[in-house]
Amino acid sequence: MTASERNKNLKIFAATGLFLFVILILDQVIKPTSSLSMLLTVLQKGSVYALAAVSMNLLNGFTGLFSLGHAGFMLIGAYTYAILTIPAAARDTVYQYYHAIVRFSIPETLSSFAGPLGTVIGVGIAVTIAGLVAALFAFLIGLPVLRLKSDYLAIATLGFAEIMRAICQWGKLGPLTNGSNLLKSFARISTFKLDLGGTTLSFSTFVPVFIATVCIGLIVLLVNSTYGRAFKAIRDDEIAAEAMGVNLAKHKMLSFCTSCFFAGIAGACMAMVLSIAQASNFKSAMTYEILLMVVLGGIGSITGSVIGAMLFISASEWWLRGLDSGTFLGINAPGIFRNGFRLVVFSIIIMVVVLFFRQGIMGDKELPDAIQAFRTKRKMKAEAKAAAAAETPAAAEAPAAPDETPKGGA
Amino acid sequence: MSLGQTILPYIISGISVGGQYSLIAIGYTMVYGILRLINFAHGDVFMVAGLMMVYLAAALPLYIAIPLVILFTVLLGFTIERVAYKPLRTAPRMSVMISAIGVSYLLQNLALYITGGLNKNYPAIPWISDSVSIFGMQTTRVTIITPFLTVFLSAVLVWLITHTKLGMAMRAVSKDFETSQLMGIRINNVISATFIIGTFLASVGSMLFFTNYPGVVPTSGGMPGLKAFVAAVFGGIGSIPGAVIGAFIIGICESLIKGLDTILLTRGVIADQVGFATFSDAFTFVLLIIILVFKPTGLFGEKSTDKV
Repeated sequence: MTASERNKNLKIFAATGLFLFVILILDQVIKPTSSLSMLLTVLQKGSVYALAAVSMNLLNGFTGLFSLGHAGFMLIGAYTYAILTIPAAARDTVYQYYHAIVRFSIPETLSSFAGPLGTVIGVGIAVTIAGLVAALFAFLIGLPVLRLKSDYLAIATLGFAEIMRAICQWGKLGPLTNGSNLLKSFARISTFKLDLGGTTLSFSTFVPVFIATVCIGLIVLLVNSTYGRAFKAIRDDEIAAEAMGVNLAKHKMLSFCTSCFFAGIAGACMAMVLSIAQASNFKSAMTYEILLMVVLGGIGSITGSVIGAMLFISASEWWLRGLDSGTFLGINAPGIFRNGFRLVVFSIIIMVVVLFFRQGIMGDKELPDAIQAFRTKRKMKAEAKAAAAAETPAAAEAPAAPDETPKGGA
Repeated sequence: MSLGQTILPYIISGISVGGQYSLIAIGYTMVYGILRLINFAHGDVFMVAGLMMVYLAAALPLYIAIPLVILFTVLLGFTIERVAYKPLRTAPRMSVMISAIGVSYLLQNLALYITGGLNKNYPAIPWISDSVSIFGMQTTRVTIITPFLTVFLSAVLVWLITHTKLGMAMRAVSKDFETSQLMGIRINNVISATFIIGTFLASVGSMLFFTNYPGVVPTSGGMPGLKAFVAAVFGGIGSIPGAVIGAFIIGICESLIKGLDTILLTRGVIADQVGFATFSDAFTFVLLIIILVFKPTGLFGEKSTDKV
């Protein structure tokens, strides 16, 4: 590792740490009654969707496997997490019509002998198990369907998500999944608090943002590894990749399972944020939304997916709210700006992006690289200008300073 | 009661549903055959046709409303192709598919905005929603008509494809885009014609489908659309008879699974409700995964070879 690379990594680490710290502060400062509390909601939901979008991008953008099963894997994650963290005492109220078969809660069990730390570890374990279960299902479904090509794969995974939804709602599985009723009362973000004498530390935004940041960091590491390069080779040309010695089946499976692992974690976070888990929420429309976020940010760019998800959520939850409630940008027209108009405007914006800005916001570049490229370009320009100014007397015969722009940092 | 009598109602309603699915499936299979595009918006066009019928029938007499619904649906299909798919003709297939998903999202949200998300009651079309009795059981006339109408329409379509110049052009375009362009075929016109035929059949299908259901909601296009697509894959994508047969098989299976609890209870096989009906939608996708794994080209599909 060269010194500049180490320097860059250090910078990224520092920036991430600072970002998480700011989130932690925001979590304490912004009260639920303040008008800025929308920011927290957006950060909570946005980080969940960002994780989901990045994990989908790993599959669609980096490996070229067009899968539309994300809602299904998030459903598995959400249910696993919920089932593992409902407190034993609340089981009977939640499972009104069934006799629950899982009768323990991981965070509760651990907190009984490790205190608050036990709860934290317990939630961590439950989230990890949620991801692992999703990855297990991905492995099983991947065995047959990963042999399929592009759009057949898309439709088969879409079908799988529908099957999962039906299974979770099946009455016979009621003791485990509560049938078609929702799961609630499990460890959710509003319960993540720490009492320190008189003051209460709230972690309700920090926890989902932290989980998403760590997971996205892991995905970045994977994408930049040998495996990531193999994925990109498969995306660019399967046959050429195979000829270069990339084991197609193995790498496709690896990418699929990893993506679904993180989708499962995103599902668990989603349950945490929404404080309910219900199969009927995880429809194919959710997959489409995540896909549109990926497209908005740029297929093949991780920072793009994060930006796309954050924009998508802030636009639909916050900025465009007025379109639904009568007044937008000072225009008061309740006849037009009524329920649902926001989504119409929103889908038109998305269609415009899809049709005219096919690259999305970031294309396939990453934000740090783009900033660096921009900086070097500006620096080179300034230098060129300075050089030109210095050479003005001799400029008559000498050609102007070469206006070479460096190739992008990546 | 004999086994036949127990399952007959389910078979008949299954054939009817299958007929409706096949009218949608033809649209999928034709578009896929030519553009290699899963037109995710097709199911939503079907839903919009249902909504248009609701609104037009409230304002106009039926004999004007029905042709208008068909006309507007066809126009919608044509416009979608021109606006959302044509600019992406040279783009990677994934972009076109994403555009289709975007259109589907837009249509659903538009429908949500206009209806306010409420269930809109579908108008009763006289004569076809009348009650009739067949083999000693009561059903609506539409149930009986649907399969015949479907078979008739698809026969006309097959004739159109095998015996007319337009059909020949369609077959040529689906074989090879560029070569057929070189042969003087205006591919944009052929593709538009494909969309027009597809959406025409979907609008007819929506009239038959929604007559049997209480109403239209913005999401009611999604499931029938997906099932029709599965039917098209099942029959071998690009093949019209395949799509029709696939749709009938899926319709009958779905209807039987919906009634499986009752059938097994009356036959005394099981003593308690099992809840198979939950899987009536999921079954379609199980079938899809099975067929894709064992015979990816479907029942009547042509085998394709990959060239490097």
